[in-house]
Amino acid sequence: MLDELTRELKATMGIYESDEEQVYGLLAEFSDPGALLHAAEAVRENGYSHFDTHSPFPIHGMDRAMGLGNSKVGFFSFGGAVTGLAVGYLLQWWTSAVDYPINISGKPFFAIEPSVPIMFELTILFGALGAVAGMLALNGLPRPYNPLFYSERFERVTDDAFFLHIAASDAKFDETDTANLLRKAGALNVELVQDDGSAETAPASSL
Amino acid sequence: MDNTTSQPTADQDHSAGHSHHESLVKGDLSFHDITEMVSRHTEKKTPLAWYVAFGLASSMAGLLLLSLAYQVWNGVGVWGNNQPVAWGWPIVNFVFWVGIGHAGTLISAILFLFRQKWRTSINRAAEAMTLFAVMCALIFPTFHVGRVWVIYWTLPIPNQMEMWPQFKSPLLWDVFAVSSYFIVSLVFWYVGLIPDLATIRDRSTTWLRKKVTGFFALGWTGANRHWRNYEKAYLLLAGLATPLVLSVHSVVSFDFAVSVIPGWHTTIFPPYFVAGAIFSGFAMVVTLMVVARKIYGLENVITMDVLEKMNIIILVTGTIVGFAYITEFFMAWYSQVEYEQYAFINRAFGPYAWAYWIMMTCNLISPQLFWFKKLRRSIPVMFALSIVVNIGMWFERFVITITSLHRDFLPSSWGYFEPTFIDVTTFIGSFGLFFTLFLLFLRFVPMVAMAEVKGVMPEADPHYYDEGDGRAAGTSVPFIQPAQEDPGRNEAGETRGGR
Repeated sequence: MLDELTRELKATMGIYESDEEQVYGLLAEFSDPGALLHAAEAVRENGYSHFDTHSPFPIHGMDRAMGLGNSKVGFFSFGGAVTGLAVGYLLQWWTSAVDYPINISGKPFFAIEPSVPIMFELTILFGALGAVAGMLALNGLPRPYNPLFYSERFERVTDDAFFLHIAASDAKFDETDTANLLRKAGALNVELVQDDGSAETAPASSL
Repeated sequence: MDNTTSQPTADQDHSAGHSHHESLVKGDLSFHDITEMVSRHTEKKTPLAWYVAFGLASSMAGLLLLSLAYQVWNGVGVWGNNQPVAWGWPIVNFVFWVGIGHAGTLISAILFLFRQKWRTSINRAAEAMTLFAVMCALIFPTFHVGRVWVIYWTLPIPNQMEMWPQFKSPLLWDVFAVSSYFIVSLVFWYVGLIPDLATIRDRSTTWLRKKVTGFFALGWTGANRHWRNYEKAYLLLAGLATPLVLSVHSVVSFDFAVSVIPGWHTTIFPPYFVAGAIFSGFAMVVTLMVVARKIYGLENVITMDVLEKMNIIILVTGTIVGFAYITEFFMAWYSQVEYEQYAFINRAFGPYAWAYWIMMTCNLISPQLFWFKKLRRSIPVMFALSIVVNIGMWFERFVITITSLHRDFLPSSWGYFEPTFIDVTTFIGSFGLFFTLFLLFLRFVPMVAMAEVKGVMPEADPHYYDEGDGRAAGTSVPFIQPAQEDPGRNEAGETRGGR
């Protein structure tokens, strides 16, 4: 049960488990963002959930095409901001009114007005750090090892190539059927990605 | 309307800003061209000219190191600071450098929130400039405290005095504001860099380069599940950096405005300082970009339209700053406070009148040339003016700091401030540090945000491919085409982006 949950949580980060034969999934290349968007729609409509698209830049409408909801990063950022505000308040109150109060012309040891700037700055600081930490956590980054890196074609994903990857961990995954689906959706090339990097990547026609 | 002749059915949401007559990227470049254009400067053999420039800049940075060492050894007395002008050049330089930094955040955060897509070509370099300018700025107050080895007393860390910092002081607010600003700017810059570092990683041919860039790229694969969180985090960072940047220069202005010195104690300071900061920062970005786009052949990305827009912002903020100068006179007159009135008359006609009129000429009058389209689209004019503006903005801080202090309430304590040789070498040296860091940036980091530039090209819009290419237009029916037998890479490249 817990394993199942962990697997699903990791799948939301794009981290999938390979099957017994070390198959990680099928990687298909598409010609442009439009083709990739339509392919993602087709893959989702065919009932897959462990799949992801890879592109050099974010593609508008892809979240909807893949059936992804809103990003949860905002909660992390909000949590950070509230923490920052509380730290800013408690730090100034505790140091100047509790730990070492200094009486200056009978003024109050702690007042909210002069404490606002530091509270404000710490709210922003922690909110920003929370956003980044949340982004990394939800994305499962840093992730130095990724079986997709075995694919030579995939090196162009950060340049000008568009890929769709269906993981072998998906319940509907089947080497032949899934490859056929990808080819029908207009893939220029489909290759099998092995987790151990052992297999030669197979061209579309031989699958 | 955004609809153009080439994409009549394009989704309007997505094509906003892609109007045909002002496309953001010129020269009919493909995605790969952008990658190539930017990445190759980090990959090619280092040109001789870079070494020459780097040698020059780092020698100047060495001068900074020597000046600071001399200052630490002998004490703050080696600077011109004295009574009545206890805040001399160090504070002038601090405000000057922090101000320059603000343009980077403005470009990366505020223009992002306003969906100004032209920012993508310059935001990376402008953010780098922010970081380096803030580093230069931090040097000055750090050494100005006199005992630099106990600078950590400004932070709430238990120390040998068993005392805490004075949280009611604007100077301490400054510590928090500027250091938060530095950290947030660094994080913002780095987050923006991740996809581009992955590009460099995937292109690298040597083992070491792959490992180093791979380490910093964090395993980025351009996954849409990642882009989704990434874009949200980027938006949040922009939303948080916007109030932050406005607050930082406001807090810097509190250093002056919270005191009771005539000429400092005014409520106009925060907005006036922020406008001045944007003004000087944009001028610095223009100075750097005009040179960099020429040397690195980036004219098609950092286009004349982008530079023109920056010059318009310089014109607007310069006029705001000039208006603030005049408002200060009005406030002094209207307040009917003798000391306040004297402070301003002394600024314009006293012993520092020369500095005041340099400031007025450079900041209020010279940017007005940008009303003329021809002038704001002329490279020599904008380059010269951007330098003039930064001279003017340095003098603004000089005028504010020095003239208010040199004659205060009691005529017996009046004096005239003069900088020393070490003041000058420290300031020149700070430019050395700035240019050293900037040259390292140009050499080792992709200087244009490739992923962002690609994202604003019309070809990045999935609906760009709906028409004329045999694809289904405006429906969710996926286009089905048979897989090609053995598609080569080049073939894939050619089908992309063709009109």
